Amino acid sequence: MEKKKYEQLVNKHTPKENIIVNAIIAFIIGGLMGIIGQGLIDIYSSIFSISTKDASVFMIVTLIFVGCLLTCLGVFDKMVQFAKCGLIIPITGFAHAMMSATLEYRKEGMITGIGANMFKLAGSVIIFGVVSAYVFGLVRLLIFGG
Amino acid sequence: MTIKYDNVYINETSTIVGPYEFNGPFSKLYDKHYKEFYFGEKTFEQAESKLLQESVELLLEKSKLKKEDISLHISGDLLNQLVASNYAASNIGIPFLGIYNACASSVEGLIIASNMIDKNQIDNAIVSVSSHNNSAEKQFRYPVEYGAPKKNYTTFTTTGGASALLSKNKSEIKIESSTIGKVIDMGIKDVFNMGGVMSPAAAYTIYTHLKETGRDASYYDLILTGDLGKHGKEILKEYMKEEYNMELTNYDDSACMIFDLKKQPVLSGGSGPACLPLVAYTYIMNKMKNKELKRVLLVATGALMSPTIVYQQKSIPAIAHAISLEVI
Repeated sequence: MEKKKYEQLVNKHTPKENIIVNAIIAFIIGGLMGIIGQGLIDIYSSIFSISTKDASVFMIVTLIFVGCLLTCLGVFDKMVQFAKCGLIIPITGFAHAMMSATLEYRKEGMITGIGANMFKLAGSVIIFGVVSAYVFGLVRLLIFGG
Repeated sequence: MTIKYDNVYINETSTIVGPYEFNGPFSKLYDKHYKEFYFGEKTFEQAESKLLQESVELLLEKSKLKKEDISLHISGDLLNQLVASNYAASNIGIPFLGIYNACASSVEGLIIASNMIDKNQIDNAIVSVSSHNNSAEKQFRYPVEYGAPKKNYTTFTTTGGASALLSKNKSEIKIESSTIGKVIDMGIKDVFNMGGVMSPAAAYTIYTHLKETGRDASYYDLILTGDLGKHGKEILKEYMKEEYNMELTNYDDSACMIFDLKKQPVLSGGSGPACLPLVAYTYIMNKMKNKELKRVLLVATGALMSPTIVYQQKSIPAIAHAISLEVI
């Protein structure tokens, strides 16, 4: 059998993910995350009488902490299986990626284990995040004059 | 390539499993189980090695033999540099061969041992394999706690150690013949679709075995493939029909048997080198001893996957080996 024909056979028996349903779930969960974040900003700014900018830093730290804690308790991965990318795309997903890699390599030593592998999943996000920030910054400077 | 044996028997087997397998349909048939994934060790890799070592020690205990009585120990697992096997072997201390054919290692080991026993080069041999869900996830996929949404045709690596004692001494189960498969690459690159990767290799080995022995598929009471999974099973059946014009009648896949696919969160079923022997050494051999099954063809399937080469955009080759068991 030719490879192309075999690929068709495999595809026939491979169940398709329901992209629309997944997207709707991610949209709703992601939206809820946004509401929680906004709620935290409002609460922090009214309790501590700080600016919205400072309160949003507090909010990010809180979400990162909760993401890491749920990862360590072993429930975050099960939540993702249900929530799809609704939990992966927000800052919680980034915290989860770093924390899970750290947990995985904690027995291989501080430097050769944790240090070397902590950014295994999140490293690409940081690299390409920084690079694209430069590119878009440059585009903005050249087109809109800063 | 098919080889016939006159005088090789499986005398004893031992199986140890993790929590998911114990919660599966064959829970009472395993010799020993653990409730968590560390088994008192510090890391998953060391835990897997312990599983393998314990399965060999249990086998010696069950067969009332000492390690000095054993001529050869053959073992394989999924980890880099075969660490589970090598570290277990360093504690056991029997002359040792480490083998790697991914999830086809179990039958590969049985074939090597059978050949040497049949030619009177050795008296007996222990063939063992292990796999561990978390050490495999760590090496081949993502960190264990990382929750990338899994595709529903992904298989779930079994946690278990399985050993078998082979010798010339007569027992109920005879190893009648074996077929060594060849590496086949049909261009599949999806690392989650192991059934799609391995089906052509399994089909080739089954077809070659039946052709070279002049048998029909119905000769066997059961043809049991290793770890194609729920979806891979259907791919194999259709590929077999289209490519070799052969209908598989008494056919099943151990990936679909080791877990309760409806109740357990294992997606397409089990996988790993231990998947086939855990089913074959328990449920299948019990049925053979009760004469419910007389002739069984075990076809272990292995995806020879390396994350490095997959990242380099190459497709995944696969292999399958078959061994024919008969009740006497």
